[in-house]
Amino acid sequence: MNIAALFNDRHYRWFAWGAVVLVLLALPFITEAVLGRSWVRIIAVSLLFVMLALGLNIVVGFAGLLDLGYIAFFAVGAYSYALLASPQFAVHWPFLLLLPLGAAIAAVFGILLGAPTLRLRGDYLAIVTLGFGEIIRVFLNNLNRPVNITNGPQGITLIDPLQMGGFSLAQTHSFAGLTFSPVHNYYFVFLVCAALTIALSLRLQNSRIGRAWVAIRDDELAASAMGINTRNVKLLAFAMGATFGGVAGGLFASFQGFISPESFQLIDSIMVLCMVVLGGMGNVAGVALGAVLLTALPEALRYIGPLQQRWFGGVLVDPADLRMLLFGLALVLMMLLRPEGLWPVRRRQAGKGNADAG
Amino acid sequence: MDIFAQQLINGLVLGSIYALVALGYTMVYGILGLINFAHGDITMIGALVALTILQGLAAAGLPAPVLLVIAGGGAMIVCAALGLSIERVAYRPLRRAPRLAPLITAIGVSILLQYSAALVWGKQYIALPKLLEPSAIDIAGAQLTTLQLAIFLLACAIMAALLWFIKTSRMGRAMRATEQNPDVAGLMGVNTNSVIAFTFVLGSAIGAIAGLMIILYYGIGHYFMGFMLGLKAFTAAVLGGIGNVGGAVLGGLLLGVIESLASGYIGDLSGGVLGSNYRDIFAFLVLVLVLVLRPSGLLGQQNGDRA
Repeated sequence: MNIAALFNDRHYRWFAWGAVVLVLLALPFITEAVLGRSWVRIIAVSLLFVMLALGLNIVVGFAGLLDLGYIAFFAVGAYSYALLASPQFAVHWPFLLLLPLGAAIAAVFGILLGAPTLRLRGDYLAIVTLGFGEIIRVFLNNLNRPVNITNGPQGITLIDPLQMGGFSLAQTHSFAGLTFSPVHNYYFVFLVCAALTIALSLRLQNSRIGRAWVAIRDDELAASAMGINTRNVKLLAFAMGATFGGVAGGLFASFQGFISPESFQLIDSIMVLCMVVLGGMGNVAGVALGAVLLTALPEALRYIGPLQQRWFGGVLVDPADLRMLLFGLALVLMMLLRPEGLWPVRRRQAGKGNADAG
Repeated sequence: MDIFAQQLINGLVLGSIYALVALGYTMVYGILGLINFAHGDITMIGALVALTILQGLAAAGLPAPVLLVIAGGGAMIVCAALGLSIERVAYRPLRRAPRLAPLITAIGVSILLQYSAALVWGKQYIALPKLLEPSAIDIAGAQLTTLQLAIFLLACAIMAALLWFIKTSRMGRAMRATEQNPDVAGLMGVNTNSVIAFTFVLGSAIGAIAGLMIILYYGIGHYFMGFMLGLKAFTAAVLGGIGNVGGAVLGGLLLGVIESLASGYIGDLSGGVLGSNYRDIFAFLVLVLVLVLRPSGLLGQQNGDRA
């Protein structure tokens, strides 16, 4: 019996899912013991990127709207959290209020971006969204004069961690003989959020709205002829995708404790897009896999530096540059050899027709 | 008044460079319907190759015009070869693929070019050796340097030559035929593959000249310089009507002027609240406005399907 069948089998599926949950719960402790704490941080961040990639997947994968400025929503969420929970304005609102607020603000920005671009398709939309992302970044960089709002390129420091009452995730806790350092705490929070995101994505995919998105992606004209209100449904895709990004942004700000416009560049938008494309546009599990792979693999390249030292007697290629080179190469090869992604979405035969996402 | 004249001059000169780069975008888009994201980076490579040649020959004692011709020629050859091979390896296999695939490939190629350049030239800003002592001409209270004048005139000459070439030559006719309908053009005996390859070569070579102009104008080169330049040139192409060669020229000049005037006056107009550090925003604002209000651009045909 193969593994996929195990998850579908009526008797074994609880056992199989239980095993998955156990592995995920034990993962940070095993990782810390084997690879060290920096890797716990990396898998925590990868969960954050799962949320981001799934948010973008709604826009690109489901609705077929190519968005190259997605990181702007992440930035909006992060800055909404950071500004209202840091010494910047000396306000410290609770995260239970701030995360929904950040999501709502990001959704508004999503609609702001979506509304004027509704008529555009494919590559034009890509460029406009790219411009939107850059505009947000330029404003974040320059809104320190004449009134200091974002603190400009220096960014915002000392952002509050997630905390409730006296319990803060930024402290080390002990429970049942295990030590939970801040990274572990955040790992579990992110794990819950990522699981919720996955569940939400799956439910959306099979919902009336989800099917409307796919219909628009495959043929907008036919979709509108079938009575789908394409304007509202597309706006909803932008807003929903932005919401995910906004929540992830708020979590990111609290996790890092520091944010600056540097973290929200075009290359980050492209990175998230690559996670979606690499995993398989539209396939929730594939996109989650793509996010984890693309966060973890480049980190592994850090070991290349010392290796070069040993083999060539010097660092010939800066690992960060090498990472970008491989990244560009992967994009090109992926499109040439396996354009549908590592784990392509299974489409119903009847709906195959026009696979043009542009 | 003299500020206005000065910004107008600066805008026209910068705009003529944008227009040269925009030609590469618009020709490829016209024929393939592909936004060649890597075109800005091809221009960057051209600029850095020219810069390297100039640095290497600076001590040779050749007169400046000869140096510039060698540097420009070298950059054109490298860029033409680059454009040709990118088309062959990355874009040709995807010609019948869904539209998203070539676009993502183009982004990948762009990243590849940027970081290959970072490997070769490093990530620091590279300064141009002192070659020319530009003298300034006084026009209506504004300064026009001979360098600016030369850039502007050369750009105009290239654009005029290109327009003439596309309108009259045999290859130009083949390009127009392929643009209208590649399949029918093929049936009429046009070798569309070589026409498309030629378009890439031509666009890249013109991009190389634009790259040389940029480093002469700003005096520095950088591995990331192609990104903004490419975006602005693309905006110029859209502004003029993408796919329309004359439109790219008009859009480039217009965008240069808009950007110069806007960043020159934004401080006064907003009472010092917004500074010229918002300069890069204008290109995007123009882009969004054009796409929303008139997606076909100034000179483009009304074609609802494209946008």
